[in-house]
Amino acid sequence: MSITSTLTDGRVAGRAADSEFVRRLKRRRTNETVFICLGLAATSIGLIALAALMIDLAASGYPRLTADFFTNFPSRRAGQAGILSAWVGSLLVISVTAFIGVPLGVAAGIYLEEYAPKNIWTNIIEINVSNLAGVPSIVFGLLALGLFVYGFGTGRSIFTAGLTLALLILPIIIVATREAIRAVPWSLREAAYGVGATKWQVTQDHVLPAAVPGVLTGVIIGISRALGETAPLVTIGALSFIAFLPPSPVSADFPFISFAWLFEGFTVLPIQAFNWVSRPGDDFQSNAAAAGLVLMAITLVLNGVAIYFRYRLRKKLQW
Amino acid sequence: MRLFKTHGAAGPVATSLVVLAGALSLPSSASAQTKTITIDGSSTVFPISEAVAEEFQKQKKGEVRVTVGISGTGGGFKKFCRGETDISNGSRPILRQEMDECAKNGIKFIEMPIAFDALTVAVSPKNNFLECISVADLKKIWEPAAQGKVINYSDVNPAWPNKKITLFGAGADSGTFDYFTEAVNGKAKATRTDFTASEDDNVLVTGIERDENALGYIPFAYYEPHKAKLKALAIDEGKGKGCVKPSLEAVTAGTYNPLARPLFLYVSTKAAEKPEVKDYVEFLMTKGPALVKEVKYLPLPPAAYATSYKHFKDGRLGTVFGGVPEVGVSVEDLMKRDAKI
Repeated sequence: MSITSTLTDGRVAGRAADSEFVRRLKRRRTNETVFICLGLAATSIGLIALAALMIDLAASGYPRLTADFFTNFPSRRAGQAGILSAWVGSLLVISVTAFIGVPLGVAAGIYLEEYAPKNIWTNIIEINVSNLAGVPSIVFGLLALGLFVYGFGTGRSIFTAGLTLALLILPIIIVATREAIRAVPWSLREAAYGVGATKWQVTQDHVLPAAVPGVLTGVIIGISRALGETAPLVTIGALSFIAFLPPSPVSADFPFISFAWLFEGFTVLPIQAFNWVSRPGDDFQSNAAAAGLVLMAITLVLNGVAIYFRYRLRKKLQW
Repeated sequence: MRLFKTHGAAGPVATSLVVLAGALSLPSSASAQTKTITIDGSSTVFPISEAVAEEFQKQKKGEVRVTVGISGTGGGFKKFCRGETDISNGSRPILRQEMDECAKNGIKFIEMPIAFDALTVAVSPKNNFLECISVADLKKIWEPAAQGKVINYSDVNPAWPNKKITLFGAGADSGTFDYFTEAVNGKAKATRTDFTASEDDNVLVTGIERDENALGYIPFAYYEPHKAKLKALAIDEGKGKGCVKPSLEAVTAGTYNPLARPLFLYVSTKAAEKPEVKDYVEFLMTKGPALVKEVKYLPLPPAAYATSYKHFKDGRLGTVFGGVPEVGVSVEDLMKRDAKI
């Protein structure tokens, strides 16, 4: 909108008022420009830091990213050491985490938002869920060591690790699910109730589909965090040198599917990278950088898939 | 509006499963009959165990699997004394309370020194006034009472320049920290606290490299690859033997005192009955010295490995330290002592 068109709108009277208006308008526009610059700076600081990190990692790690690096087990010789057990471990653990954490988190979020009565108990639960999101991850590791490893006897296994990380990301997913459900307009629910739908029908057919993009955002944040965790996994007893893979879940013999892999020892990428960073000498530093790159790539790919689904679902939403 | 049923939150789960299926289509060497040796403990000893485990698995062609964890010396003993691991790595001998824990659970063990580490006091190569430092001077610098008082080098020795000392040392959770404070200050964990502490020795190496007034202590394995950029000080124990630089010769000869420390394996007797563990120990005692050298640690004298292996075969139980920390013990002395459970 140009100044002249505003002026000819006709509501402004007198030349003095005109010049006052123009002055204020200019000031408002300057303020806006200042904010845009600040916002741009705020955004770019994060992005530049990330880019610098990526470039630094890539510069020292890229030469190590050969096919052997992905198919070799760890070794005392930096040039022969690879991340096979680490990336397989990371993917297995994160699968268990997603398999347990996502349904539990979404279900809890739905219950708290749609079904739970608003009373003091719900309030207490709400506060605790929000608090849990801020609890340091090592605490989850200690809990898992006492409860899962010693209490339930699940061992220092992929299953325990997956459960631990699922607990860790549960609050993130619950909070995201609730936010997403809250953003669904009430008119949508009322229309469904109006034609006689039950609460579950409303939730299942209308609220949840509309909330899924928001839920997926929570899942992305949760999974990314879980992928990078080291402390709780070291606490429950992740290994540092493991030169074999867990047994395959599918086999040629009856019953074709085996869950033995769930109870195997494991290592994950961040632990492998940490182990290499702390080695004497410089030989292993480029391995650590390369492992960092792979970890970032895995995170990006998993997130990319989730973002793609979110995009498709958002496009389908039409009210 | 029923798209939840078709896609929905199952998306990421399904995706991970697809990726997972990809991961598992790789050939897996695992089979139910494979024997596994579990090792855990000190991260200082880890490179040695990793090297031995790697070569041992190669020699056994996949019949025996070895896993190595790094829970730290203390964390390793916790698992060991619960009977969860076969072998525990220690950068210090087992302590009384850990022995009690083991005894409570009926875990008996054989103690075997496997290598030496020489704690190295390092300064920047630009430092031109220090070549040798006495343990007494180190104590003046590091003791708890020095905090806030010993600021400059001249506060330790008037002959040294009036420059601020920048200190670097191990973090409180490491065996290195326990050993250095015990050896220098006379009490484990007693130290001044106004220094740059890190569990990651590479951080200390970089710190000392970059500051010409720096002084810090690091394990020899971390000094050795950086010896062009760091200067290791000779240590004068103060018993009239003069200054001794950290080196394989000095450590083997038992003259680098009190900062040379042995590193240990503890083998549980239950595990020692298993043929694969017997093979592992034999492999370690024969191929170990070369591998120890390769990962830049200091091997024991050959006779010490022979004695140690004999102790294993004879099933000599317990520790020769009696559960109390000790510094500056020579390896010959260790071999002669009687072990206690």
